[in-house]
Amino acid sequence: MPASPEREILTAADRDGPGALRVAMGQIAPVLGDLQRNLALHVEQIEAARRQHADLIVFPELSLTGYFLRDMVPDLAVSPAGPEVRQLIDAAGAMSLVVGLVEESPRHRFYNAALWAEGGRVVHLHRKVYLPTYGLFDEQRYFAAGERFLAFDTARFGRVGILICEDFWHLSAATIMQAEEVDMLVCVANSPGRGVDGAKVRTAETYEQLARTFAQLLGAAVIVVNRVGFEDGLCFWGGSMAVAPDGRVIAQAPMFDEALCVVALDPAELRRQRLITPLARDERLLVTIEELNRIKRERYE
Amino acid sequence: MNNELATSCLKINPELVTEILCRFIRTEIRRAGFERAVVGLSGGIDSSVVTFLCARALGPSNVLAVTMPYKTSSEATRRDSQAVVDQLGVRAIDVPITDQIDAYFARIGDASQLRLANKCARERMTVLYDQSAAFHALVAGTSNKSELLLGYGTQFGDMASAVNPIGDLYKTQLHQLAAFLGLPEPILTKAPTGDLWIGQTDEGELGFSYAEVDRVMVLMVDRRWRRAELLQAGFAVEFVDRVASMIRRNHYKRRMPVIAKLSQRTLDRDFRYARDWGT
Repeated sequence: MPASPEREILTAADRDGPGALRVAMGQIAPVLGDLQRNLALHVEQIEAARRQHADLIVFPELSLTGYFLRDMVPDLAVSPAGPEVRQLIDAAGAMSLVVGLVEESPRHRFYNAALWAEGGRVVHLHRKVYLPTYGLFDEQRYFAAGERFLAFDTARFGRVGILICEDFWHLSAATIMQAEEVDMLVCVANSPGRGVDGAKVRTAETYEQLARTFAQLLGAAVIVVNRVGFEDGLCFWGGSMAVAPDGRVIAQAPMFDEALCVVALDPAELRRQRLITPLARDERLLVTIEELNRIKRERYE
Repeated sequence: MNNELATSCLKINPELVTEILCRFIRTEIRRAGFERAVVGLSGGIDSSVVTFLCARALGPSNVLAVTMPYKTSSEATRRDSQAVVDQLGVRAIDVPITDQIDAYFARIGDASQLRLANKCARERMTVLYDQSAAFHALVAGTSNKSELLLGYGTQFGDMASAVNPIGDLYKTQLHQLAAFLGLPEPILTKAPTGDLWIGQTDEGELGFSYAEVDRVMVLMVDRRWRRAELLQAGFAVEFVDRVASMIRRNHYKRRMPVIAKLSQRTLDRDFRYARDWGT
């Protein structure tokens, strides 16, 4: 197995000041099923992020459409190569961009997808793998499931992985992202609140737990961007957060309110944390693969 | 008895709930193009909580509390409703329904208490919807989760509304919210009543208290406990079966009327859109 190349990650030699990378978390409340109004909202937020010198703006899951789409899915689908995404890429200019959309594939399958664009082009498209279809969720009825967890290299943020909402609740997704050696994990979400007995909605507490745990276990920054607003009584709680590689929440957007929350990531944190707790380095990937293969043989062959 | 677990399942953080519900009221009313709400106020805990929430969410001048007494309505109903209006400074209007109800039954002949109660509930619904048109407002619902599950309400009567902020809160939880919101003391302590006839109380009519039934329902409905598990926890078999049967028998009240499917796409079957479509 070839050794993976050392990557210069989150370095900022070409930047002014302390070398921080500024991430804008666009905690918006999309209009349900209105692509044009949502596009305008995105452009507005991108402009605001630029005024705050953001290097990256991250929008929530399905940010172009809203969540409870049901039969609207085919009417709102766009192509990553289409004019809607182009408009956003152009608006972002030098800023990197993560946006959530319904993607229609050339075979007319519809995916709950999120893309990373920078330098005037789409660098990566993630199709949500885990489509929740239980309780209040019915995504498998409307969406095809993605089949890959791929990381990708970026201009300024090192190696990045994108997960969409329910993906984040699966240990396997985080494990693969660790094996992919990501420096930053971005989770875009449309998380409706359930459980109101604690200080925060219970779902928010779980997300914070997951984000902090994955940051520590992967030794990577974790950015979670969740939407706000209501759809058919569901309350999306917001609370978007940035977690440092040591598991500290370094910024959190307000609960329930729309906000553009800009956080500065210190690239040096990543190196320090990987020196202190080199979990990803010590991961024995081949053991994991062998064990999974054994389970596969025993269970499926 | 699993009282402790059931009780802890019913615990809410009233401050958090208030925050969510006020935002819900504002968002749902505004996305429909309105700024105001109409509430049928009886002076009971449910409608008083909804009036408090609407006043907080929209401002008192954007809330119209409508009292709709029938000739048998109690003095406590009038007094407690007035206390809510006075405390909040919401707008208020009194629309007695005795004349139209009595005119109807004078023509039709005497009816059972249940028919009278349902007729009153539906009359109040038509008053609320008419007032909502006059006030440029939406009707805020006042049915709680206990009532909705048990079917203890009148279909297209008190169960009718445009937005219902309290439909996912058991009666026990509404008490916690009411105390937090600072409702007038008499409302917090009086026995729940639909004021359907003189001396009527919910718990007398149902044959069990909300405190009891909420404990079994939160385990059965929210926590998905099986019948055998509930019995093992000490709930009486007749009680568990009666509650399960009430929930099942009254499910129709919680749904839109059933439509005979003929075409490729039938409303609510395979024509599926969110109610908040496009907003």
